[in-house]
Amino acid sequence: MAVIEVQNLSKSYGNVKALDGVSFSVERGELFGLIGPDGAGKTTLFRLLTTLINPDSGSATVDGYDIRDEYLAIRSRVGYMPGRFSLYPDLSVEENLQFFAAMFGVTMEESYELIAPIYKQIEPFRKRRAGKLSGGMKQKLALSCALIHNPGVLFLDEPTTGVDAVSRSEFWDMLAGLKEHGITILVSTPYMDEASRCDRIALCCEGRILEIDTPEGIVQGFDRPLYGISAKNMFALLERAREVNGVVDCYPFGEKHHLVVGDGFDEKKFRNALADIEGIEISTVKPTIEDMFIKLMKR
Amino acid sequence: MNDIVISVRDLTKRFGDFTAVDHISFDVRRGEIFGFLGANGAGKTTAMRMLCGLSYPTSGSGTVAGFDVRTEGELIKRHIGYMSQRFSLYNDLTVWENMRLFAGIYGLTAKQTNERATELLERLNFSSERNTLVGSLPLGWKQKLSFVIATIHRPDVVFLDEPTGGVDPVTRRQFWEMIYEAAENGTTIFVTTHYMDEAEYCTRASIMVDGKVCALDTPARLKQQFAAESMDEVFRTLARGAQRGE
Repeated sequence: MAVIEVQNLSKSYGNVKALDGVSFSVERGELFGLIGPDGAGKTTLFRLLTTLINPDSGSATVDGYDIRDEYLAIRSRVGYMPGRFSLYPDLSVEENLQFFAAMFGVTMEESYELIAPIYKQIEPFRKRRAGKLSGGMKQKLALSCALIHNPGVLFLDEPTTGVDAVSRSEFWDMLAGLKEHGITILVSTPYMDEASRCDRIALCCEGRILEIDTPEGIVQGFDRPLYGISAKNMFALLERAREVNGVVDCYPFGEKHHLVVGDGFDEKKFRNALADIEGIEISTVKPTIEDMFIKLMKR
Repeated sequence: MNDIVISVRDLTKRFGDFTAVDHISFDVRRGEIFGFLGANGAGKTTAMRMLCGLSYPTSGSGTVAGFDVRTEGELIKRHIGYMSQRFSLYNDLTVWENMRLFAGIYGLTAKQTNERATELLERLNFSSERNTLVGSLPLGWKQKLSFVIATIHRPDVVFLDEPTGGVDPVTRRQFWEMIYEAAENGTTIFVTTHYMDEAEYCTRASIMVDGKVCALDTPARLKQQFAAESMDEVFRTLARGAQRGE
């Protein structure tokens, strides 16, 4: 049975539809990613599944318990790391952990094995106040606190936002380690390049889910030819390329622009049309999650 | 007209015995898109604060828009634009009120404000929205608006501090197209980002590690220098060597 089962869940704030009829399920032991920008409804979904707010309509279960009627059972079974640092800044590292352990009626020793790989990195600072920690250390402490009661399900709301590329990839290594313990993880991120670290992902935008699949499956759904193009003047290239016959879309993508083409596109004609642009290069490229996201958003 | 908009030599900032920024030197030319990259804690924010006239260096020298970073912070502030994701516009003011507010802060006269705000709104095709509350605009529009407002006083250089954090991929690209266009028209852009694909869009990029600028060149040459496929790889190679955290 699915550990997280979400059916047609909706939540509005005033006339803003934060979540608009979302359905998906997460299997036991899965690392499931919610990929999407600000305003996609990711935080609202976390707040619903951790029973902090109630939905307007729809239903969901976590570990078999209903989020509305059986919220107490859910609260003791899940770990939650909110997007905003929410530990006690004037308690020390150790005191924060002891506090969360006490709240859940466990001892630090019981969970030490689970949190050790993460906690060991901040243990030298255990007497330091949490408010005085660096961003990376706060993140590790928050994750340790979310794991203190050995939860079966872990909810992580944008744990890597604003974090540099190297620290981000270290964080994903930690999650891979937790997965080994059989913990089911639901994690959100605005960074498309992190999608490949998940077993399955949901692409989210403006309160809806655009697509759910494995990262490979999502990319396979990109059914048009894709080229990478570059030239000396990239801005001029972008504007001109869009006007050529058969071009569906053209957008900046790192060092190249990505060129999505449809029927009627002819590479030779394309080159001819842009013959006056200096240093033009064209090659086929493999689509990424981000290409798919752009395609789905523009649909 | 001087072609160097930012020039710093051995710029250093210490807090007690901690050296946040350690002898950084570089020039930014007019019309460049200059990427300012670095891991969390590398010293980017401290360096930006000095360049924006918000903090004075412990040692070293430099000029921004022709003014001395050691003594002319107030003059620097008037000649630069600044936009960050965290602080951009006032949601409970209208488009026009936001423009007036920032133009006033940047020291434009009422007449200049009127002329430029009208012109900018026309160019954005946005004149019909002048009395709309900014809070009710879609994110992409807010971002475009905060960029044009940061340039309403025609500054020599605009500082963009993670302007696209948390923004969807389509809007993020529209924003960069606007930056391209502004740079084509001679605006100098100084930008920080955590998205390494955006580093590729820069004319030149610098990477800070432990308070020092340890690489600075065009993206193409940086990739060549570090035998890397992408700027992401260049960044990882350099940032992995970092000794200090945040």
